[in-house]
Amino acid sequence: MPAADFLPRSRLPDLLAVLKAQGYDVIAPQVIEGALLYRPLQHCRQLPTGIRQQQQPGRYRLIATDSPRQFSWANGPQALKPLTFAPRETLWRSHENDDGTLSFEEVPVSPPALAILGVRGCDLAALALQDQHFRDDPYYQPRRQSLLLIAVDCSHPAETCFCASTGDGPKATIGYELALTELDDGFLVRAQGARGQAILKALPLDITAPAQRRQARHQHRAACRQLRRLPSFEPAQLIQQGRHPAWDEVADACLGCGNCTSVCPSCFCFSTSEAPDLNGQTSSHQRQWDSCFSEGHSYIHGRHIRPDIRTRYRQWLTHKFGSWVEQYGRSGCTGCGRCISWCPVGIDPLQVLSRLSDADPDEP
Amino acid sequence: MTRPRVAVHKFSSCDGCQLAFLNLGETLLQLNEQVDILHFLEAGMNDASADVDIAFVEGSLSTPDELTRIRQVRANSRYLVSIGACATSGGLQALRNLDGNHDEWRDAIYARPEFIRTLKEVRPIAAEVRVDLELWGCPVSSTQILAAIRALLFGVAPVDDRDRVCLECKRQQAVCVMVTQGIPCMGPVTRTGCGALCPRFGRDCYGCYSPSETAQTATLARRFSGLGLLPDAIARRFWLINSQAPPFLQTGRVFHRSAASDPDD
Ligand code: SF4
Ligand code: SF4
Ligand code: SF4
Ligand code: SF4
Repeated sequence: MPAADFLPRSRLPDLLAVLKAQGYDVIAPQVIEGALLYRPLQHCRQLPTGIRQQQQPGRYRLIATDSPRQFSWANGPQALKPLTFAPRETLWRSHENDDGTLSFEEVPVSPPALAILGVRGCDLAALALQDQHFRDDPYYQPRRQSLLLIAVDCSHPAETCFCASTGDGPKATIGYELALTELDDGFLVRAQGARGQAILKALPLDITAPAQRRQARHQHRAACRQLRRLPSFEPAQLIQQGRHPAWDEVADACLGCGNCTSVCPSCFCFSTSEAPDLNGQTSSHQRQWDSCFSEGHSYIHGRHIRPDIRTRYRQWLTHKFGSWVEQYGRSGCTGCGRCISWCPVGIDPLQVLSRLSDADPDEP
Repeated sequence: MTRPRVAVHKFSSCDGCQLAFLNLGETLLQLNEQVDILHFLEAGMNDASADVDIAFVEGSLSTPDELTRIRQVRANSRYLVSIGACATSGGLQALRNLDGNHDEWRDAIYARPEFIRTLKEVRPIAAEVRVDLELWGCPVSSTQILAAIRALLFGVAPVDDRDRVCLECKRQQAVCVMVTQGIPCMGPVTRTGCGALCPRFGRDCYGCYSPSETAQTATLARRFSGLGLLPDAIARRFWLINSQAPPFLQTGRVFHRSAASDPDD
């Protein structure tokens, strides 16, 4: 029997209504200042209808078309990271009492239930990595647990995308409650887990026509043909290649600005700082996103152990693509291409990886 | 216990950094409970020769008179903190150092140049006396000033954050103007402290907080060239508020020279 799993585009507002009825605030990508950013969604007309993208190294542009599609682009500058791992937050407050003793006060996180519409496969894979890293983190976890994830399979990967070669896209396979495949006239819907099934059941779905299913398959195959792909290399080997000339070349091209790490959905480094009130009696202990490109990141025992761009770039690449495997059982890269597009000088780590597999002329 | 004594001195400047104090509003009243502000002309306190624990100095050294005055301030102060681009690198007025035509400019601008006594080259405070802490920015941020005062009151060294504007730009989740609009942003080589103010308003950073640590100015200048900027325009990006800060001065020179040697310009 053919399955009823098709949501005509005109009924997308019903999905919104179901989510609201189940107590979720909904956020979805919207066009803000020339990029796609997650913002609260009240009406489906706020979605980026007809928007296409051009992403190239160091370049990101949106293009308006008259297509009815609402998800015919790859991604925005941030995945889910800012929603779970806050760019800056207070972890606790301390207070000096009149008798000179100190008291510490927790700053609990109590986020609203949040449904996110328009999540990509690569971002779900990166979220799974962050889940491992922040498994016992009392600030990350409540935010994470409040999320309901509605993926949309990627139908229009950008030039910078290579998720097909990392195995994390373009179709969403793990970690979603609901996943949509967008066609011109609507969406094929599938669900995972009890929460996903409950929403699926509440939706006014039609029978999917064989032609629509064919179109979905065709679209998926097309989305898998991506311009970029991860070159083959031995992850454990990267860290052994400290003297390869590729590092000098990239150090000359790189600004050390840390944009790549800030937009990478799996990067998790932070620094902590103390922000005392002027009265000197209370203080907030804060954490904020840091980067292996900052000087503080490698400040140990009074020394900056990575004082220059060469060593910092090496840290970024060898960790993300090399030692991450040892640490978390897989590479830290899910192929989203953000580090390529949002690098102000357009450095492509895939090229650096390829260059590293050229023989090092200095090695015997 | 006596409260720490504070002075705010003005040299050649626009008063914008003093405004960063005044803009504290209610917090300024709280500050007044923690410290005695003895000299701060813009707020009405006038005791320029008072001995103080912390002297904040705004402005650059532009006249012979100011050279004498800064030595006196140094002698009267336990900590001397330079605040803002003028005090710390010479500021906008130090543009006159670039072309060596001090006398010509003076004669062209002032009706009675014979009454004007200025130094041929503008100098930052640290060129003349020892400076204990430099707070950058045009103007400095109020938050930075408070953090510095608080640290000094605790008796610890204030945090010297030399990271790039880009890191804060991403934390603020501003959309990168260089990547989405192709406009030449100085954020990748500029020191943080402003909260990525300009990109948050959709415009490019112009470097008012001075060079960051390991500022890759030559690499950024090449990028500006790739975005279509001519050498003279690149030189002007680097020679603006902090033209005398060494990495900006140096990269500005390279492109200024190549602009001058280009016959089509
Ligand atoms: S390394 Fe680059 S492409 Fe890979 S997940 Fe991070 S930002 Fe995306
Ligand atoms: S690779 Fe690009 S984004 Fe990353 S630090 Fe270097 S210049 Fe910045
Ligand atoms: S807008 Fe400027 S400061 Fe912000 S990330 Fe881009 S280059 Fe850096
Ligand atoms: S973004 Fe740049 S120019 Fe703007 S206030 Fe900050 S440092 Fe100054």
